Amino acid sequence: MNFSIYDFTSFTKWIDNALNSSMSPGWAILVELVIIGIVFIAFYAVIGLYLVLAERKVCALIQNRLGPNRVGPIGMFQTIADLIKLLMKELIEIKHADKFLFNLAPFIVIIASFMAIAALPFAKGLHAIDLNIGIFYLFAVSSLGVIGILLSGWSSNSKYSLIGAIRSGAQVVSYELSVGLALLSVVIFSGTMQLSGIVESQANGWWIIKGHIPAIISFLIFLVASTAETNRGPFDLAEAESELTAGFHTEYSGIKFAFFFLAEYMNMFIVAAIAATVFLGGWMPFHIQGWEGMNNVMDYIPPFIWFFGKTIFVILVMMWFKWTFPRLRIDQLLTLEWKYLLPINLMNIVLIAFIVLMGWYIK
Amino acid sequence: MNSEYLILFFLLGVILVGGAVVFSMFVAPNSTNPAKSEPYECGIPVKSTAWIQFNVGYYLFAIIYLIFDVETVFIFPWGVVMRDLGMTAFVEILIFFFILVLGLLYAWKKGALKWV
Repeated sequence: MNFSIYDFTSFTKWIDNALNSSMSPGWAILVELVIIGIVFIAFYAVIGLYLVLAERKVCALIQNRLGPNRVGPIGMFQTIADLIKLLMKELIEIKHADKFLFNLAPFIVIIASFMAIAALPFAKGLHAIDLNIGIFYLFAVSSLGVIGILLSGWSSNSKYSLIGAIRSGAQVVSYELSVGLALLSVVIFSGTMQLSGIVESQANGWWIIKGHIPAIISFLIFLVASTAETNRGPFDLAEAESELTAGFHTEYSGIKFAFFFLAEYMNMFIVAAIAATVFLGGWMPFHIQGWEGMNNVMDYIPPFIWFFGKTIFVILVMMWFKWTFPRLRIDQLLTLEWKYLLPINLMNIVLIAFIVLMGWYIK
Repeated sequence: MNSEYLILFFLLGVILVGGAVVFSMFVAPNSTNPAKSEPYECGIPVKSTAWIQFNVGYYLFAIIYLIFDVETVFIFPWGVVMRDLGMTAFVEILIFFFILVLGLLYAWKKGALKWV
C-alpha cells in the first residue's frame, strides 16, 4: 500500500517551513491561524449552503418535483441568494424576551458545530487538530448545541418556542446515550480514541466489514440516534412545522434565524462525517484482500474524495429518512430510545467485548 | 496543531455570527411597531408569559439521562484498555452493566419511562 502521493503531512510541513523561513515565529503562527480560519469559515459556509440546496433537491426528487431551478444553472445559487436576502432582513426584537440569552443562543449553536469540525480528519495529515481523545471530544462537543436550542426557546418567551426547546432537550439528551455507546463499540474494536488511529486501524478493511454483525448493529443504531440528535425528521419534534410553527426558532428573524438553519445542516454533516470516519473507514480506500489490481486502482483515488463520498452517502441516507417516514410522537420517540435502542446497545457492547476478547473479528 | 488551538475555532464561531449580525444591523431596515414585537401566538393577542411550569416528564428523563451519561464517560477509558486487560476487564464490565441495567429496570418498573 502506497499512500505517499496523498500524504498531506509533507504539504502542511512545507507551508509551515516556508512561513517560518520568511518571518519571525510569532508572525508565522499568526499567519497560519489566519489561513486556517479563512479556510474553515469558507468550508463551513460552502458545505452549509450546499447541504440546504441538496436537501431541497433531494426532497423535490422524492416528491417528483423539480425543486429550485431559477437562480443559476439548476438552481446552484439559490441558497446564496437566500442568504443575501436573510442578511437584508430586519432583526426583530421581541417584547418581554430575555435579550441577552436571546442573542447568545445563535452563538452557542454555531460555536458547538465549529468546534466539532476542528477534530475531523479529512485525509492523512489533513486535519486541524488531531486530539488523542478525538472521538470522545466529538461526542462531548456535538451535544453542546442543545444548550443553544434550550436557551433560544426559553428566552424568546413564546409558547411555541418553549415547547419546541424542551422537546428538543429531552430528545437530544436521550439519543446522545445511544450515539455514545455506538461510538464506544468502535473504540473497543480499535483500542484507541484518536481519530487518525481509528482510521489507520481500518487500512485492511472498514470496521463495518471487519466487525461484521455487532458493528452493523452499532452502525444502524448510530444512524438512527444521530438523526434524532440533529433534530431531523422523522424526529423533528423540536421544530414540527405543522404544530409548532417553527419550534425553538419561531421568534428569530433575519440572519439569526439563518444561523440556526445553518447549524442544523452543519450538525448533519458532522454526524455523517463521524459515521464515515468511524464505521466506513474515513479517508481509507476500499480494499479487498488479495485483489491487488483493484486495490492499487483504489489507492489512486484521493483520500478526501473517499471521505466526502462516504459522508455524502450517509447524508443522503439521512435525507431519505426525513422525506420518507412520518414524524414520531414524543412518547414513541422516548420509548424507542429507552426501551429498545439503549438495552440493545448495552447487549451489543457486551457482545463486542466478548468478540474482541476471543479474537473473532476479521483482523 | 496542539489542542490549545481549539480556542481558534471558538473564535471563528464568534467572528462568523458576530460579524454577520453586526453587518445585518447596518444593512437591514428597522421599523418598530408594538404589534410586531409581540411573541407569535397564531395572531391573537398574547395571554400571559411563556415562563410557566411544564410537564415534569421532561425533567424525569433528564435525570435518568444524567446517570447513564456519567456511566458512558466511565466506559470509554475501559474500551481503550479492554484488550490489554483481557478477561478481568470483561468480567468487571459485566458486573458494571448488571448494576446499570438493574437501575434501568427499576426506572422502567416504577413507570419513569412512561410518558404521561
